[in-house]
Amino acid sequence: MLRPRIIPCLLVQDGGLVKTVKFKEPKYVGDPNNAVKIFNEKEADELIVLDIDATAQQREPNFRLISQFAAECRMPLCYGGGIRTAEQAKRIIGLGVEKVAISAAAVADPKLISRIAEEVGSQSVVVVLDVKSSLFGKQEVWTHNGRKNSGKSPVEAAQEAEVLGAGEIVINSIDRDGQMKGYDVALATRLRAATRLPMSVLGGAGSLQDIGELIAACGVVGASAGSFFVFKGAYRAVLISYPTQAQKDELIRTSLHQRVGAGTA
Amino acid sequence: MIKIIDYGLGNILAFQNMYKRLNVQVGIARTADDLSGATKLVLPGVGAFDHAMELLDGSGMRQRLDDLVLNERLPVIGICVGMQMLAEQSDEGRLPGLGWIRGEVKGFKSLQKRDLLLPHMGWNDVQPTGRTRLFDQLHTDSRFYFLHSFYFECARPEDVAATSTYGKEFCCAVEAGNIHGVQFHPEKSHHYGAQLLKNFSEL
Repeated sequence: MLRPRIIPCLLVQDGGLVKTVKFKEPKYVGDPNNAVKIFNEKEADELIVLDIDATAQQREPNFRLISQFAAECRMPLCYGGGIRTAEQAKRIIGLGVEKVAISAAAVADPKLISRIAEEVGSQSVVVVLDVKSSLFGKQEVWTHNGRKNSGKSPVEAAQEAEVLGAGEIVINSIDRDGQMKGYDVALATRLRAATRLPMSVLGGAGSLQDIGELIAACGVVGASAGSFFVFKGAYRAVLISYPTQAQKDELIRTSLHQRVGAGTA
Repeated sequence: MIKIIDYGLGNILAFQNMYKRLNVQVGIARTADDLSGATKLVLPGVGAFDHAMELLDGSGMRQRLDDLVLNERLPVIGICVGMQMLAEQSDEGRLPGLGWIRGEVKGFKSLQKRDLLLPHMGWNDVQPTGRTRLFDQLHTDSRFYFLHSFYFECARPEDVAATSTYGKEFCCAVEAGNIHGVQFHPEKSHHYGAQLLKNFSEL
């Protein structure tokens, strides 16, 4: 059986590991290479690493840092941040990264998705959609760390990415970032129905139960989280954690069972 | 020494690191000369089939590889697209494959299952057929990381070394004498993958 994936998402800024709240207040939480080592030991399903400064500062991807991650990482790695050309994407895949994530550049120039897919294959192209709600509840895709509104609806952007040759969509809720109060399951469910691409959801997970709710709603999905895997307790002490295989298996079994029970499978 | 074939595609570093942790000496071959002294070969691969074949054909290693595998019968393992390259042809491209194992590569799309998410991405169970030593100690509850939209269809059922299920039961590992291939990524499959790569080194 193909399993839902449980995916730590690491944010990198100035070479350090940080965690944000609603894409703001980046708090230093440690050394990213050390975090990769810990997730190796815990046998995480996959890892997403996002350089949150590269695009905002119009920087190139940090190839030296990426090659360090790729060499260290014994699980599949998805890297994003600052990728604007197919050439850069190809170079990153060449360093031993399984998937490249593009966001702002893909929203501004959707054909970039096709150009990268031609170079590295669709299976390695991930489109990240950062979604924010307006005061009136309308959800739109934002870029540049949540500072620029593209005006596109997430469903429209996801369907466009699918047609152009993306291999996966990551839906990231800016409103829920760092809140640890649960995923935007309604948004995830809408997106799940809108495309036939693998999808991962990021933003809001604070417990295994939150991950279970997402799986119950969406089935085989990537459940990604930042804060949940790096903080512990009410005072947000930094402590990297990840469920054991037995915990994961049990969570997936019961959540998929709920899905079948609810008649939505 | 195991030589990892570097023709410009695939995660050479990841294999090198995995074998380093296993205390197995490996080398990298970028030219036909680099292939001398090889006792086993790892053929990685990612991306599109034709692109991979073009790069391998243009690497200057092709003839020597055919000789090492088909005449000297060196153990070889193709990984992901590297496994697909072992076939005679692929629905993904126009170029012929290596033709080291009889069969062709098909797309999951041709199954025409509307609900099947593509690519097949993530951790899936693998059932070895029991003949192969590649899956020693991996016969119960073994799972590996997959990332692909095409699969190998063997012409001879006896070449199927393991199966997995996605939309249908498909062949995820092949074995014909000294020639092996796996569709998943052992280099990114934690202790399951390490065991498989160790098994290959001990064949």
